[in-house]
Amino acid sequence: MFIENQQYCTFQLEGLFFGIEVHKVQEVLRYQEMTRVPIASRVIRGLINLRGQLVTAIDLRRRLGLDDREDAEPPMNVIVNTSDGAVSFLVDEIGDVIQVTGEVFERPPMTMGAKLRHLVHGVCKLEGQLMLILDVERAIDLEAD
Amino acid sequence: MDDMDDIIAEFLIETHENLDQLDRDLIELEENANDLDRLKRIFRVIHTIKGSCGFLGYTHLETLAHVGENLLSKLRDGEIALNSAIMNALLAMVDGIRDILSVVEANGEEGEFHHQHVVDELKALNTAAPAAEAPRSAPPAPAPAPQPAPSPSEEALSPILNPIQPRPQPEPRPQPKPKPRPDLTAEAPAPRPKRARKKVTGPAADDAASSVADSNIRVDVRLLDKLMNLVGELVLARNQILQFATAQENASFQNTTQRLNLLTTELQEGVMKTRMQPIGHIWNKFPRVVRDLAMACNKRVRIEMEGKETELDRTLIEAIKDPLTHIVRNAVDHGIESPDERVAVGKSPEGCLHMRAYHEGGQVNIEISDDGAGLNHERIKAKALERNLINPSQASLMTPRELSQLIFHPGFSTAQKVTNVSGRGVGMDVVRNNIEKIGGTIDIQSSLGRGTTLKLKIPLTLAIIPALIVTCAGDRYAIPQVNLLELVRLEGHDALTRIELLHDTPVYRLRGRLLPLVYLCKALRLEHEVQRDSGDEPVENIVVLQADGQQFGLVVDAIDDTEEIVVKPLCKQLKGIPCYAGATIMGDGRVALILDGLGLAQSAGLITESQGRALSDSLKDRGQADDDQQSMLLFQIGANGRMAMPLSEVARLEEFPRSTVERTGQRMVVQYRGEIMPLVDLGRLFASGGGAEPDQALQVVVYTAHGRSVGLVVDRIIDIVDENIHTEPRSARQGIVASAVIQGCVTELLDVAGAIRMADPNLFTQMAS
Repeated sequence: MFIENQQYCTFQLEGLFFGIEVHKVQEVLRYQEMTRVPIASRVIRGLINLRGQLVTAIDLRRRLGLDDREDAEPPMNVIVNTSDGAVSFLVDEIGDVIQVTGEVFERPPMTMGAKLRHLVHGVCKLEGQLMLILDVERAIDLEAD
Repeated sequence: MDDMDDIIAEFLIETHENLDQLDRDLIELEENANDLDRLKRIFRVIHTIKGSCGFLGYTHLETLAHVGENLLSKLRDGEIALNSAIMNALLAMVDGIRDILSVVEANGEEGEFHHQHVVDELKALNTAAPAAEAPRSAPPAPAPAPQPAPSPSEEALSPILNPIQPRPQPEPRPQPKPKPRPDLTAEAPAPRPKRARKKVTGPAADDAASSVADSNIRVDVRLLDKLMNLVGELVLARNQILQFATAQENASFQNTTQRLNLLTTELQEGVMKTRMQPIGHIWNKFPRVVRDLAMACNKRVRIEMEGKETELDRTLIEAIKDPLTHIVRNAVDHGIESPDERVAVGKSPEGCLHMRAYHEGGQVNIEISDDGAGLNHERIKAKALERNLINPSQASLMTPRELSQLIFHPGFSTAQKVTNVSGRGVGMDVVRNNIEKIGGTIDIQSSLGRGTTLKLKIPLTLAIIPALIVTCAGDRYAIPQVNLLELVRLEGHDALTRIELLHDTPVYRLRGRLLPLVYLCKALRLEHEVQRDSGDEPVENIVVLQADGQQFGLVVDAIDDTEEIVVKPLCKQLKGIPCYAGATIMGDGRVALILDGLGLAQSAGLITESQGRALSDSLKDRGQADDDQQSMLLFQIGANGRMAMPLSEVARLEEFPRSTVERTGQRMVVQYRGEIMPLVDLGRLFASGGGAEPDQALQVVVYTAHGRSVGLVVDRIIDIVDENIHTEPRSARQGIVASAVIQGCVTELLDVAGAIRMADPNLFTQMAS
C-alpha cells in the first residue's frame, strides 16, 4: 500500500503529528491574509491569493473535528495540489520533511475517533513518535461525510 | 513523410469545414431551390474536395465526390430540377465523405469502400437526364435558365479568393509527383452568355468577404488560453499599479500609467475577442439535424433561430454542443407531434422549433422551445411510480414543476416506444450533467398540448467583466455590472422612513413600484459590524439588480467603485453556494467574492423563479379587488371622480403633449417607444367631460397585456397607496369592479379590461388574443 522510501512533509495539529506525501505538497507558507466566505462550511476559512491563483483555505483542525486554535497563533499554510486545484491546509506548526523506510506503517486503530480515522490512511511508527498520514483527497472532499 | 502528414491533416480540417458549409448550403438550397449562387458554391466545394482527393490519392472519396459533382453540375445547369430524392442522395454523399474522412483520420488510409449504394443512387438520379459522364475539365453547357453568373473578372479571381478553395499553400511542397492542382485549373464555369445579370453585387460582395477569410490563420487554442490567462494577470497588475499611481506626484509616471491602462484594456478586449464565437457556429448544423430527423419520424418541423450572433467562450461552445443536439433531437422526436395529430388538435401541420440565445445577468441564456405536445405530467407520474423513482405519497404531493424535473432522472423516458433516435432514457440526465459540469443550469417548463421550453443558463467563466464593488460588514464584494440596473442612495430622514416593511419584508417604492429589498449582510448571515455614531447622517445604499426578469434591491453598507475583474471559478467545496458566481483578485491583491444576483434573491427566499411568476400571476387575478393589502394607483377622472387601479397592472406612467395625439379612424393614438399605442380616455368613458385644461399635457397610465400597450388617459395622478381595501360590490356601472374608501374618500376601482372593452371592443379582442 505504501511505497518504501517515501518522503513526508510533516506538521502539528493540537499535539498530533501529521504527514503528507511530499510530492503532493506544492509549498509551505506562513500565515496569509484571506477573504472569508460567508455561508460556506465553517471548515473553509477563506480564499487566498497565491500569486494570482485562487486557493481555498481549509482549517484542518475544524476538518478533523479538533478544537479551534487560539487566536494568538496564526496558522501556517500547507499548499497541496489536488484533483481540484490547489488547496491550503491551515495547520499549527510546520515540521521537517522526513524520510520513512521499511514497514513501519499500520492502519489507524479502530479505537481512534471516527472522523479522524476516516481522514487518516495510516499510522507511521517513527522512533519516539507516531505520524498520522493524511488522506488529502478525503480531507478536501467536504461533502463526503 | 511528416510533410505528407501535415498536408493530410490540413486537408482533413479543411474538408470538414467545407462539409459543414455544404450541409448548411444544401439545407438552405432545399428551402430555396432557385438560389443559383448557393448551388454554384456547393458545386465548387464538391469540386474542391474531389480535386484534393485525387491529388492525395484517395480514390474512394474521389469517386463519391465525382458522381455528386456530376449530379450537381446538371442541377446547376438546370437540366434537372431539385427534388427531395436528389437532396437525400446529396446529403448521403456528404455523410459518406465524412465517414471515409474519419477512417482516413484514424488509419491514414481510406479502408474499404462501403458507399457503393450512394454512388449507384447518385448515378441513377443522374441518368434521369442524358450525358451522365460529364468530364470535369469540360466547361458545363450553356445554361438555358437565366442565371446571375459572375462577370469574367470575378471568374478570374474566384479560384483564389473563394474561401472554399484550398488556400494557396505557403511553400511549394516537396511532392514526388507534382500534379497540377486541379482546383486552380479553371473548373469555375467559363463565362457564358447571360440573359439576366441581376445580382452582380451578390457574388462580388462574397468575394470581398472571402478575401478577408483568406487572411485568417489557425491558432492553437491552448495558446489562446495561455494568452487569456496572461492578460488576466496583466489586468490585475495594471489595477495594482493604478492604485499605486494615485499616490504618486510624478507627472510622467502618471502619464505612463495612463497609457498602460489604455493599452491593457485594448489588449484585453482583443484577446477576449479571439476566444469568443457566435453560438451560430454550433446552431448552423441544427437545420440539417432537424430535417433528417423530421423525415425519419414523418414529421414536419420548421426551425427558427434568434440570437445566432450571441457570443460565448469557445470552450463553452464546445461543451454545450452535444447537450444542445440532444435537446433538439428530443424536441423533434418526442415533443412535436405528427402532422395528423397536430391538425387534429387544431395546430398547423408544421411544428416549430424555436431556438433563442441572449445575454442576461452575466450569463448566456439559451432557450429551446417546441410547440408540440408538451409533457404529460400524469404519464410522468405513472412512469416514475412504475420505476419506483417516487412513492405514491410523494407523487400526490408533487407539483407539475417537480414532475417535469423528473425527466432529468437517470433512466427516465416517457416515450411510448424506443426509437433509434431517442427514448432510451439515457438522455436528459446526461444533458443536465454536462450543463452542470460547466457551471450552468437547465430548467424545463412545459404545458400539456402547448409545448415545452428548455432553458439553459451558461455562465461566462474565464471572462473579464466590469463589476461594481460594494462593501458589506467590512468585506468587499463584486456585483457583475450586467445584473445592475441602478443605484439608490437614501440619506437622512429618507434612510429612516423610506424603507417600509410588508410582513417583515422590507420594500422600497422605486418610482411607484414596490422593490423588494435584500440586506446583503443578512443574506450572507453576517453580523452587522458597522456601528454608526449617532451624530452621523444615516445612509442606506440600495443596488437595484435584475435577476431572471425580476428586480430587487440589495442593501449594502457602501458602494465603492466599478472595476474590471477577472472571474475565477470557485473550488468545488464552494460551488454549491448559489450566492456566489466566483471570486476575483482585487487591485490590492486581496480576494473578493463575486455575488450572483439570482442566487442571492433565491437564497433570500425572495424570488424563486416559480414563486416570482406565481406571484405576478396571482396579482393579475386579483384585479378583482379583495381584502388584502394592495398597492393602488389613485387618479382623478373628470372634475372630482376618484378612481384606483392595482399598481401591478400599471406598466408605466407617462405624459404626452396633446399635440402628439394622432387619430387612426375612431381611435386616438400616440407614438410610444417606436410603436403606435392606442389611447382610451377614461374621462370620456366614466365622467361627462374632461376636467383638465385643454392645453395641459395628457396624463397617461400605460397598461400592457400580451405585449400590447394601451394608454389610459386620466386627468390627474393623485397618489400611490398601500391599503387594506374594503370593497363594496357594485355592479351598476360597467367597467368598475367595486368601490372602496381610500384615504377617506369613496374611490371606484377600475376594471381595466372591462373599460377597454367598453371603449373599444376591437382593441380588447386584439389584446386578449
